[in-house]
Amino acid sequence: MSEIVPLARKSRFARIIDSDIFYSYRRSPVAILASIVAAILILAAVLAPWISPYDPFNPRTLNLMDGFTKPMSESFAGNFFVMGADNQGRDVLSTILHGSRVSLFVGLSATLFAMTLGVGLGLVAGFRGGLTDAVIMRIADVQLSFPAILIALLIFGVARGLIPPSQQENTALMVLILAIGLSNWAQFARTVRGATMVERQKDYVSAARIMGVNPVLILIKHILPNVVGPVLVIATIGLALAIIEEATLSYLGVGVPPTQPSLGTLIRIGQQYLFSGEWWILFFPAMTLILLALSVNLLGDWLRDALNPKLR
Amino acid sequence: MLAFIIKRLGQSVLVMLVVALISFIMFRYVGDPVASLVSQEATMADQAQLRERLGLNDPVHEQFFRFLGNAVQGQFGISYRLQTPVSELILSRLPATLELAFTSVVIALTLGILLGVFTALNPKSWASAGIMAFSLVGVSLPTFLIGIGLIYIFAVELQWLPSFGRGQVVSLGGWWRTGFLTESGLRSIILPAITLSLFQMTLIMRLVRAEMMEVLRQDYIKFARARGLSKRAINFGHALKNTLVPVITITGLQLGSVIAFAIITETVFQWPGVGSLFVNSVAVVDVPVMAAYLMFIAFVFVVINLIVDILYYIVDPRLRVGGSARGT
Repeated sequence: MSEIVPLARKSRFARIIDSDIFYSYRRSPVAILASIVAAILILAAVLAPWISPYDPFNPRTLNLMDGFTKPMSESFAGNFFVMGADNQGRDVLSTILHGSRVSLFVGLSATLFAMTLGVGLGLVAGFRGGLTDAVIMRIADVQLSFPAILIALLIFGVARGLIPPSQQENTALMVLILAIGLSNWAQFARTVRGATMVERQKDYVSAARIMGVNPVLILIKHILPNVVGPVLVIATIGLALAIIEEATLSYLGVGVPPTQPSLGTLIRIGQQYLFSGEWWILFFPAMTLILLALSVNLLGDWLRDALNPKLR
Repeated sequence: MLAFIIKRLGQSVLVMLVVALISFIMFRYVGDPVASLVSQEATMADQAQLRERLGLNDPVHEQFFRFLGNAVQGQFGISYRLQTPVSELILSRLPATLELAFTSVVIALTLGILLGVFTALNPKSWASAGIMAFSLVGVSLPTFLIGIGLIYIFAVELQWLPSFGRGQVVSLGGWWRTGFLTESGLRSIILPAITLSLFQMTLIMRLVRAEMMEVLRQDYIKFARARGLSKRAINFGHALKNTLVPVITITGLQLGSVIAFAIITETVFQWPGVGSLFVNSVAVVDVPVMAAYLMFIAFVFVVINLIVDILYYIVDPRLRVGGSARGT
């Protein structure tokens, strides 16, 4: 009996390697490929200021003579562009790196915001029940029956009306995050509420109640860890949706400010040159957006299957 | 029956009142209605006079009831940006959006049902696998990229179809100007309608496929086969007919989403509809148009939901018993 190794003796790394999730990950080529693509794109976006070949937003280094340089070629001014240059002579690769940084920042922040709000309201609704539950879930129902993009547009417009014009440039990203986050919380709330209502009836919650634990503490310390699995899945798929939503808003011209172009803004700019044959200004940002959204989406799908005990 | 309809109608009115309240708050408190109406030379006295004349000094509930009264009559004030009545603006652009939505729903229904039946009848063929994979990619791509892709293929490379606008329109008497009667109008609607229909099409296709596979396993299909009916009679006469009820429900419920999603498609193709009007209004915070559009979309959703619920109630007798027992 002495050869039995207690679980805690194993290093954290070894425990991850042995886990069910990692096993399912190793068995899924789609998940491996998607995570590699997503990791490369995210890493490139994070490191954008250091790895991009040019600084696309510094007017001093821009040369209009570089405008419309073809991909993999040298311009008149002697600069080399892997993905070509846009109308203002900005290196397309550098704008994509900086653009995906903005897209990811907005997407991640909005998803975190939606998750915090949705999980919080879902916990309260499921735990309290009664009128609180009815009001919160009714709002979620109404919101879910409208497309998220419409709600985000409305919130964005209202926020723009309330903020004085001098502040709009600085607050644009915050407003965008707020609008996308507020349009996506309902999905989280609905899932967490259902799970909380199941957990609420279990013995460990009754035990905690009898011991006189503060209800807020019961919610956060005891119930929350037990409902977090499905939240992770929704958050991953929600991130893909938020990235697409941000790109759509920016494409419609109501998203990020022009000084901080995201992938959607770049596509909007690139579309103007579709007819004149400068395809690279549109093509590369569009491909980046597709790869980003698709890889995060596929990761979410895999995670949903991996965490679903019925499919094991 | 009557009690159900009245109760359902009451709920709809309540939803519309809440939406109207949101619109009113936007209308009244987002931006200053006076500042956007007067010219720059207006004195403070002029502004105060206008404020009084517009009734902005009245108690808030009086203003809200006046807003409601005007909204019921279809009056939402004057657009800040275009200086024309909002109701006229929306009415003049409504036909474009409705024609686009109608065409795309027809495309989505036809192709969705055809492809759904095909994939259900040949689940193992490589064509079905291809269609399913394609539908997965179609769902995860943003709508505007699909539109741009179609423009690139059919307008830039092949030069078969126009990439923007509505083409030539003719008046149908009154304010309805249609693009269905001219060649350029018909050619113009193809690309936007396909873009808009793609999402609904995959939805309908997957639904038809799942329902059809479910139905094909049932005993009455086996019995029909045993009777020696032709394949065609079984597949279309017996199986497909029984899958259509949920399909029609979903299509009906999605009609509101189609009109709302038209926002994106209309911007990509510069389609002069209500959606592009709304996007332009959001960009410059043209509050009356935003408030009116919100009321319009909410109205469309509420009416469609009401009709679908009542139809269900008429079609499905189980709801009548269950509805009174649940009491909700």
